[in-house]
Amino acid sequence: MRAFRAILAREFLGYFRTPLAYVFLAVFNAFAVSLAFFVGSFYESGIANLDRFFIYHPWLWAFLAPAAGARLWAEERRQGTLELLLTWPVTVWQAALGKFMAAWLFLATALAMSLPMVLTVSWLGKPDLGTIACGYLGSLLCGGACLGIAAVCSALTRSQVIAFVTGFLACFILVIIGYGVLDNLLSGILPAQYVSNVARIGLWRNLEPFTLGILGIQPLTYFISVALAGLGLSTLMIERR
Amino acid sequence: MALIEAKNLSKSYGTIRAVSNISLSVERGEVIGFLGPNGAGKSTTMKLLAGYLQPDQGSARIAGFDISESPVEAKSRLGYSPEGAPAYGEMTVKEFLYFAATLRGLKDAATRVHETLALCRLSDVAGQTVDTLSKGYRMRVGFAQAIIHDPEVLILDEPTDGLDPNQKHEVRRILSGMAERKAVIVSTHLLEEVEVLCTRVILISRGEIRCDETPKSLLARFPGKRMDEIFRHLTT
Repeated sequence: MRAFRAILAREFLGYFRTPLAYVFLAVFNAFAVSLAFFVGSFYESGIANLDRFFIYHPWLWAFLAPAAGARLWAEERRQGTLELLLTWPVTVWQAALGKFMAAWLFLATALAMSLPMVLTVSWLGKPDLGTIACGYLGSLLCGGACLGIAAVCSALTRSQVIAFVTGFLACFILVIIGYGVLDNLLSGILPAQYVSNVARIGLWRNLEPFTLGILGIQPLTYFISVALAGLGLSTLMIERR
Repeated sequence: MALIEAKNLSKSYGTIRAVSNISLSVERGEVIGFLGPNGAGKSTTMKLLAGYLQPDQGSARIAGFDISESPVEAKSRLGYSPEGAPAYGEMTVKEFLYFAATLRGLKDAATRVHETLALCRLSDVAGQTVDTLSKGYRMRVGFAQAIIHDPEVLILDEPTDGLDPNQKHEVRRILSGMAERKAVIVSTHLLEEVEVLCTRVILISRGEIRCDETPKSLLARFPGKRMDEIFRHLTT
């Protein structure tokens, strides 16, 4: 517990030691808000809810979770500190969990900075705050799933750039699954029931119920499983280095 | 009881056999000079002893604890500084040592950090980030994290590499001051270092131990030869 806490604190504060953190927070919020307003016609729709805000979050997480997660292990490898960390009296699991939770907490910080959006809709109309809370939970879990993928990519290499690019590609595939374009493409090759099954493993299809205020077991399980699988796999990879 | 004990350690990278059947035993009060040409398997052996790598065969014990079976107990009695003394570059020296002390669960972490900074003459740069330090200071930071918990066992991979003569002298001074309470293994390319600092020499070449004896008896075996000549003779 002590080691977990120390690693969590070091990693979380580590983001703010470099300009990366501020760039990340600014980019996330600039894109989250402008996509909702300019692409999602958030204002023109005249509806006091945030589903037009959350709809773009899989895209943002697919890009930014690998950016935040790239350093998790790649940086330890590059600096040679992995050898230090793993010869201190710490288990790989404590280190991995501390790192993962720190990165997730950092994503949560970015997400929390978008809370003025809630104030905006509350001022404009009477939104259902439960639905909005559910949307935030879904978005956070979606970010966690992308971070799980990013952790695996980071454990594979000593280069943060490679970790980021491979992480982004893997997440990008999960984003486009379930979007109309890919569905149309797949319907040409696969029978209809397969197409809808494929769509189920996409990020958006699983986030959608949350934005509507539905807390379903299936999407909940989906996000948590992807996050845990990523965490577990990356830890095993470090353990068997 | 030997504080460091290795039995038949072997490790291969793919088809290359880096360490082959190495056994050694180090008692309290001994300082082992670990010698060998580059690529002989010194670093690999140290990584195996420190528990960073898992051996293909054999086992290692630190203060009686098997490094694979009871890693946390073994590692808490071990101070290890890898080659090049890696450290988290974006942290200040003080933060880094405090992090190391916290991870090791030291109750008086703040005091230990303070004492270690003074002992390693790092107090002047305590507030500087590790990335901005010169090589000499960086090496001392690596050394400092290894001794912060005053461990029984110390394994140092080339702790004086790249230091100027004064800095080398400084590291040796600190090491000699604490050596009688610990079991120490130091790898080095500096043969004069072995003669002044070490109670025993272990020389390895191509992953195997070529000699394991006191510097005196080694010199006595080759009358009239200097240490570097003996080194060449045994490793080529």
